[in-house]
Amino acid sequence: MTARYQLVVVGTSTGGLHALTRLLSALPASYRLPIVIVQHRSKDSDERLSGLLRAASLLPVREAEDKEPLQGPGVYLGPPDYHLLVEPSSIALSTEEPVTFSRPSIDVLFESAAYFHGSSVIGVLLTGANQDGTRGLQEIKQRGGYVIVQDPASAESGFMPNNALRNVPADRVLGLDMIAPELVMRATDTEAP
Amino acid sequence: MAGPTSTGTEKWVSDARAQRFSSATSELERLEMELLLLAIFRHHGFDFRSYAPASLHRRIRRHLENTGIPTISRLTELVLHQPAAMQRLLHDLSVNVTAMFRDPSFFLEFRTTVVPLLKTYPTVRIWHAGCSTGEEVYAMSILLEEEGLYERCRIYATDMDSTVLDHARQGIFPLSRMKEYTSNYFGGGGKRSLNDYYTAKYDGALFAPRLAKNVLFTQHNLAMDRGFSEFNVIVCRNVLIYFDRSLKDHVLELFSESFATLGVLCLGRKESLRFTAFEHEFSVLSLREKIFRRNK
Repeated sequence: MTARYQLVVVGTSTGGLHALTRLLSALPASYRLPIVIVQHRSKDSDERLSGLLRAASLLPVREAEDKEPLQGPGVYLGPPDYHLLVEPSSIALSTEEPVTFSRPSIDVLFESAAYFHGSSVIGVLLTGANQDGTRGLQEIKQRGGYVIVQDPASAESGFMPNNALRNVPADRVLGLDMIAPELVMRATDTEAP
Repeated sequence: MAGPTSTGTEKWVSDARAQRFSSATSELERLEMELLLLAIFRHHGFDFRSYAPASLHRRIRRHLENTGIPTISRLTELVLHQPAAMQRLLHDLSVNVTAMFRDPSFFLEFRTTVVPLLKTYPTVRIWHAGCSTGEEVYAMSILLEEEGLYERCRIYATDMDSTVLDHARQGIFPLSRMKEYTSNYFGGGGKRSLNDYYTAKYDGALFAPRLAKNVLFTQHNLAMDRGFSEFNVIVCRNVLIYFDRSLKDHVLELFSESFATLGVLCLGRKESLRFTAFEHEFSVLSLREKIFRRNK
């Protein structure tokens, strides 16, 4: 039996550092699926963000480079001033225009994940104060992927999760501390015959 | 309204159906893409088949949204029968987002690490591959002038799209971006003031023609054309990210053939020679800014 899910994509904005730290620190070092993250950040942001996440996580955390092989266990963080996309077996970057004022943009990551990885994607949308991510989650859902949205009540900024929930039928709406256990469980699912 | 809506067998069955549905539509979409790229290549000679698929697919989808063309297959038909449709698509497929002194730390590093090497050469040949509308070329001319190198430099600035080259030759950039560029300029070690180099005219900043005096803006397609020769520096930043691995290798090969002895290669900050056959042909001058030097 092959595993049903092969990839986790995560998007967050305002409040994301705290949320990501909590999420990553609760995942085991053996967590099999690659985790690709877009956290909105300014183009001048330095590598402190990846440093903090690295310190919090048992998994290896790196700022993604173009054409890096995409494989777990490990966390790939979108670098500032680039869009982050996934292809069938590698990371891809782009300098195209910002989307919803953001580069990296969550929608861009999620749409590429949906297109190339279809029903084997788990999309996770966390705290944030804008509309990015909703369109991407729709795409993931349409192509048979699994959608987790942070419970807006548990989010530092509930706007982004709320916006998604108004537009996408999420598979799970979870408090921040329940998202890591859910990811652990879903990683054990096997393919429907 | 959110949350699990069905349970047990019912959910399992609908999931399986959703999976089959989605993999069938993806297959179809991939086939449509393949046919479109083949049509573009066979009928127009532009080969996008070795472009990085994720960002290419995104640009094609955006083109569909912008033009109101309903499907990729319909676009293929238009591309085969209406030259104007191809022109518009070509424009939407090339990425022309650029800035002066993008990544100021790169330009600072170039001043401290590469300039001293170039000062030992009587003449310096530089190739900006994929220069788009030329912002980075003018930025480099400014840097070279401030370092007393410009007069001995011959700069080839190439792009596959002739319309962006026309723009580049004019040297007029939006006045609205000068604040950002000025900040970048100082971050990149600028020694004077950016407005010493341009004249404001309506909403444009016209850069001094001397900055283009030693520059040849000329059309060149990295995917299809051959290399040319004896460059001391090749700057190709954030271009190879739009190519797939095989085309990236092809272009690196073409660069290798185009270098003078001990040539310097500058890539984008998140590009690398790792996972390529060329990793061992170059030494690292700056890992952070992705500046490499050929070993022979």
